Amino acid sequence: MSDRIFGVFGILLAIGFAVAALAIEESFLSDAVGPKAFPLIIAAILGLSSAVIAFRPDVEPVWPPLGRLAEIAAAVVVMVLYAQMLPVAGFVIATFFAAAYLAWRLGSGPVESVLVGLGTSVGIYVIFHLILGLSLARGPFGF
Amino acid sequence: MELFASLGDGFAIALTWQNILLALLGCFLGTIMGALPGLGPSNGVAILIPLAFTMGLGATPSLILLTSVYYGAMYGGRISSILLNIPGDEPAMMTCLDGYPMAKKGFAGEALSLSGIASFVGAFLATWGLILLAPQLVKIALLFGPAEYFALFALAFMTLGGVSSTNQAKSAFAAALGLGLATIGVDTQTGVPRFTFGEVHLYDGLDFLVAIVGLFALSEVFIFLETRHGGSDAEGHKLKIGKLYPPMSMIKACTPTMLRTSVLGFIAGVLPGAGASLGSFISYSMEKRLVDKDGTFGTGDPRGVAAPEAGNNAAAGGALVPMLALGVPGSGTTAVLLAVLLALNITPGPLLFTQNPDVVWGLIAALFIANFMLLAMNIPMVGLFTRVLMVPSRILMPIVAMVSFVGIYGISGSSFDLLVMIGFGVMGWVLRKLDVPLVPIILGTLLGNSMENNLRRAVTIDNGNWWTLVDSPLSIALWAIALVGFVLPLIVGARVKARMHARRDTEGAISD
Repeated sequence: MSDRIFGVFGILLAIGFAVAALAIEESFLSDAVGPKAFPLIIAAILGLSSAVIAFRPDVEPVWPPLGRLAEIAAAVVVMVLYAQMLPVAGFVIATFFAAAYLAWRLGSGPVESVLVGLGTSVGIYVIFHLILGLSLARGPFGF
Repeated sequence: MELFASLGDGFAIALTWQNILLALLGCFLGTIMGALPGLGPSNGVAILIPLAFTMGLGATPSLILLTSVYYGAMYGGRISSILLNIPGDEPAMMTCLDGYPMAKKGFAGEALSLSGIASFVGAFLATWGLILLAPQLVKIALLFGPAEYFALFALAFMTLGGVSSTNQAKSAFAAALGLGLATIGVDTQTGVPRFTFGEVHLYDGLDFLVAIVGLFALSEVFIFLETRHGGSDAEGHKLKIGKLYPPMSMIKACTPTMLRTSVLGFIAGVLPGAGASLGSFISYSMEKRLVDKDGTFGTGDPRGVAAPEAGNNAAAGGALVPMLALGVPGSGTTAVLLAVLLALNITPGPLLFTQNPDVVWGLIAALFIANFMLLAMNIPMVGLFTRVLMVPSRILMPIVAMVSFVGIYGISGSSFDLLVMIGFGVMGWVLRKLDVPLVPIILGTLLGNSMENNLRRAVTIDNGNWWTLVDSPLSIALWAIALVGFVLPLIVGARVKARMHARRDTEGAISD
């Protein structure tokens, strides 16, 4: 069933891609092939292979139970928040929270999570910023 | 001889303090990444590219660092195969068969050092193979026009699934997806924006580094979260190594095996659609057929440890040949190495050898140096690397995730790229669940633009005649190989894959 849904999704993606390709505005100065041809070929391959996937599905993959899916969704939310907060809170603080969260969800105890968060953010800051001179996000405190 | 003069120049470039230090660092990090289950060579290199890039290393130093990581990961994969019966990366799968039984019999140290020597022999011979074969391939490649290049790219995509691929539709889907992603951005020939939906961030196209790190490294983090596999694989195992040096007689007994499998592995690495996993599989199977007269393979025969290790390291070297000479990688990790070159604005392919000989020969010399370093690291210091196996993934994975973020943020300093990377991470996780290969996606995003440019150039030169694509014997031959490579797995793919896994299952079960 997963493969059938995936295949149908692929076909829709291919159609969408083809429609978007047809909508590309041609420049008045164009080569013999133009900017549309290659995307259209790709859309055709995408659609064909999706159709094959939908008609000849593989064995059903093992999907995790709902709780685990929620776990992954929560991690995605935390990462998105991390990306947004990085310029606001600064590298060290944002990274501390993100790393500690991931460590906690992977099964660390509270103390260990805090230590992992602290170690990761300060460690990266020292190695990559202070020693190697990489520019990291600056927060209100300059780190 | 010209060859040795070039090689000498290469050593002059590679033997600076900075480059030696980078090679040492790369070998060390690579071995660790190879040893840790879940962090294979492609992951390892992928995480480090943005860092090498943002640290402002030049082309040759970055390549030296990252190919050392690549070779190191190939060495490191065997450690957990032998000690824990868990392959550190895919090519090390076959090493479990005899390595783990040897360790159970109390010969862990011997198995580790013997496989280290076998890795060295394989990689060393393959580097020579690279020197001898790549310039020949360059001569052929110089005959290529745009039509032939287009056919060559098609060949790379159609054979990438490999002989053991079971679902070619999914490989084709992945390749098309990657190529489609590459078309996002302003069209290089006419300057019109494509698929940007008015989003200014997309005008430059998607940065392939963002895609690579998201697909490989972040999706790995999600896999760990899904299974909640937070412990270390070494828990509950006694990691006793014992004697570190194998007796001379054992090395002598394995020498013919190592030499034969090095050659075989190298060929498997050069050919499209084979790669290191198949290299070690073929090597093991051939040796079993040739020398296993008493049926000792699978019960801890040293030759069964030497064969797959020499094979997979030789294949790793062999895979560099098409990547450097043609600019078309044949395996996942070499695709990631291609990304390094492209990120540094170096176009691999035949012109690389004439325009940037310093890069090519510096790299080759560095490979030799890295090999000796790895041999030194992997025999006396192997105990250090076995400790790494004790690090639980609940500590390791947050570090991996954060280093990925730092690398990508370092390139552009924009949160938008981080969001795109998270998107790729989720996509990578879903696609892995659905058994869709990720390497064709990467290769598609890398090669998409030059594939399209070659197509358009070829057709434009011939005034819009599309038949020009199959107009020369060379391009017809390339298309023929591509078709065979695509169709063959449909017939034999399931059988080869079943045999690769069956062998591990049955023989693993017997020895346990």
